[in-house]
Amino acid sequence: MPQEDARVTKSNLPRLELHIPEPPSRPDTEVSFAHVNRGEAGAVRRPDIAEHESNMRDLPYELIRVLDDDDRAVGPWDPKLAPETLIKGLRAMVLTRAFDDRLFRAHRQGKTSFYMKSTGEEAISAAQSMALDKGDMFFPTYRAMAWLHARNYPLTTLCNQIFSNAEDPLAGKQLPILHSAREYDFYSISGNLGVRFVHAVGWAMASAYKNDTKISLAYVGDGTTAEGDFHEAMTFAAAYRAPTILCVTNNQYAISSFAGFAAPERLPFAAKALAYGFPGIKVDGNDFLAVWGATQWAAERARTNNGPTLIEFYTYRAEGHSTSDDPSAYRPKDEAKHWPLGDPVERLKDHLIALGAWDEERHAALEAELKEKVKIAVKEAEAIGTLGQSKPPIEEMFEDVFAEKDWRLKEQLRELKRRRAGDSAAGEGA
Amino acid sequence: MTETKRMNMIQALNSALDVKMGQDEDVLVFGEDVGYFGGVFRVTEGLQAKHGLKRCFDAPLTEGGIIGSAIGMAAYGLKPVPEIQFADYILPAYDQLVSEAARLRYRSNGEFSAPVTVRTPYGGGIFGGQTHSQSPEAIFAHVTGLKTVIPSNPYDAKGLLIASIECEDPVIFLEPKRLYNGPFYGRPDEELKTWANSGLATADVPVGHYEVPLGRASLVREGSEVTVLAYGTMVHVAEAGIADAGVDAELIDLRSIVPLDIDAITASVRKTGRCVILHEASRFGGFGGELSALVQERCFDYLRAPIERVAGYDMPYPHAFEWDYFPGPIRLAEAIKAAVEYR
Ligand SMILES: Cc1ncc(C[n+]2csc(CCOP(=O)(O)OP(=O)(O)O)c2C)c(N)n1
Repeated sequence: MPQEDARVTKSNLPRLELHIPEPPSRPDTEVSFAHVNRGEAGAVRRPDIAEHESNMRDLPYELIRVLDDDDRAVGPWDPKLAPETLIKGLRAMVLTRAFDDRLFRAHRQGKTSFYMKSTGEEAISAAQSMALDKGDMFFPTYRAMAWLHARNYPLTTLCNQIFSNAEDPLAGKQLPILHSAREYDFYSISGNLGVRFVHAVGWAMASAYKNDTKISLAYVGDGTTAEGDFHEAMTFAAAYRAPTILCVTNNQYAISSFAGFAAPERLPFAAKALAYGFPGIKVDGNDFLAVWGATQWAAERARTNNGPTLIEFYTYRAEGHSTSDDPSAYRPKDEAKHWPLGDPVERLKDHLIALGAWDEERHAALEAELKEKVKIAVKEAEAIGTLGQSKPPIEEMFEDVFAEKDWRLKEQLRELKRRRAGDSAAGEGA
Repeated sequence: MTETKRMNMIQALNSALDVKMGQDEDVLVFGEDVGYFGGVFRVTEGLQAKHGLKRCFDAPLTEGGIIGSAIGMAAYGLKPVPEIQFADYILPAYDQLVSEAARLRYRSNGEFSAPVTVRTPYGGGIFGGQTHSQSPEAIFAHVTGLKTVIPSNPYDAKGLLIASIECEDPVIFLEPKRLYNGPFYGRPDEELKTWANSGLATADVPVGHYEVPLGRASLVREGSEVTVLAYGTMVHVAEAGIADAGVDAELIDLRSIVPLDIDAITASVRKTGRCVILHEASRFGGFGGELSALVQERCFDYLRAPIERVAGYDMPYPHAFEWDYFPGPIRLAEAIKAAVEYR
């Protein structure tokens, strides 16, 4: 049947080809950040917080920056912070870095099973921790510990959690750094990515439902935006105009996969907000002032019933994904050094020096002081015990599965205690 | 004297929501089509008009979003009662339920918790085919940190739903939609009765607040020869099967499968020495397996016959073959006789 044949073979068309995204560079190639458009610091307009979304659709395609190449704060997004505030922020970032370095080593020494650094991304959660109010709830990822450092969370307690020792605030139930700190407005982290993005929206809806004044803030990494949870959160946030700030910490990688798998390379993650009908902005994540300014804007929008904002923090994961990862296996070794937006600590430091509020000596002293502080905290936690050397009471293992233990948990606890008693009796006999 | 009314299960559930919403501003109800329209099964009818748009509202069509946002609301301090339109469609929210709702309290060492009550119609016998008939209780029973509750009559439905909403743990509340309008004995050719004309006392429902505690089974029928364990629609099917078998069976309605009333089960089986388990969900890996293991472990010396399981076959719920699949009274009666006549 000739007719059917004509339908099947359109012989003048090329064969289909499957596209597999590839990153701009690999370990054996030159570093290339040619695709990164830094724009100009201070150049992006800052619309009124009550501006209609339809008038802000250009924003996600621009990069909001405050600190320019001469270390000055410029443009409408400058939050105009006092130098003392900036120094506090710098302190939180330097502390985060010192803590990361020390605890990463603690892993290498077998004192904990796992650790993740946030090197290069400290400005984001440090600035947001300070910019938001007590009572606003943060739904973090595992790469946002600067939030706690900015609020002076006790370092020893953090180490106790990482060592799962007898004083672990999570009683040995959770993997290192998957923290929970309600008093610090820091929601419980868990291992499965993305899921808590929707919780932040529900939490914000509840706050609005109760005519409260609190807002929520949530993170997902660039890779995690591909999870359905991202879409669910965005849909809910839009429908109910939830007072929340949803953030994508775009550090260019999800373990070994480059961000191009979650969104086409030239499409900013911030632009995803457009499809949901609320503003998206793209912000230099290594610029403490830009992070603060953008957060303030989004927070004001949320607090005045103008609804949610999506913020893409454009940054770079300067170190390996975790203690289990070696990034030189999939990207050039020196890529971090070439990142066009620099290092957040250095940039804030240089800005403070340019303001005349800081100098290299004070900076060196700060680094030394915080290194010492971390060392002392780690020592204190080590004295309680490191992984396997010390544990919370075994009864804790059965607590908080439910508000109250049911018969299964009671029986199983009895059984475990009986076995332990038997073991130690046998041990004594031997 | 508490005032009562004849109610069907839909009205009883509606009444439970109405009572709790009236008592506690933190209770709010949402889900697909539950707001203005009142729900595809009318369980939330009139709640929006009575309690306001913000207390009972529609949700985007995303089960993960519905449960995820409910968890966030609960973490804030509210008592959300979201609805999943059919239990068959709870799976997109399974990650939220298993990884988050069930574990939030544990992993935060009690700092946060998610006392969400997820209402969802479940079960077959309504020509619902593969995706309007499933009984997913076993996949929730296996999740530590979740409670799973299944009423079998209007009185229990209201009391258990109130208890679930007041419970500090997340609860999966499975509503046997086959029983919404009247009892069903597993005989599709029989003329159906509404709850009002069923003659059953369980359709007399107090209009105010009361609780049926979670974790407590109910003794539907006392007997001496064999214990039958059932829940949901199968409680009524079991009554019919017991009558068919002509055996003096004891029938226990579990009402909640987590927490499970293990004492009621063991006491009964130790008395009768025989046990038959009935559920609509497919057999392999079904909750009957857990029940059977528990009975075997705890009543071994008392058992006079192998424990029987009567359940759906191990296949997706079929459409045309519904009554061949459905574990009706005939299959139960056979199992009861086998247990009683063993050796
Ligand atoms: C649902 C889920 N899938 C996979 C993983 C394993 N995993 C842990 S971190 C990670 C990469 C996350 O990348 P991204 O969202 O970009 O965040 P980043 O680590 O770069 O901050 C993956 C795949 C997980 N934890 N959860």
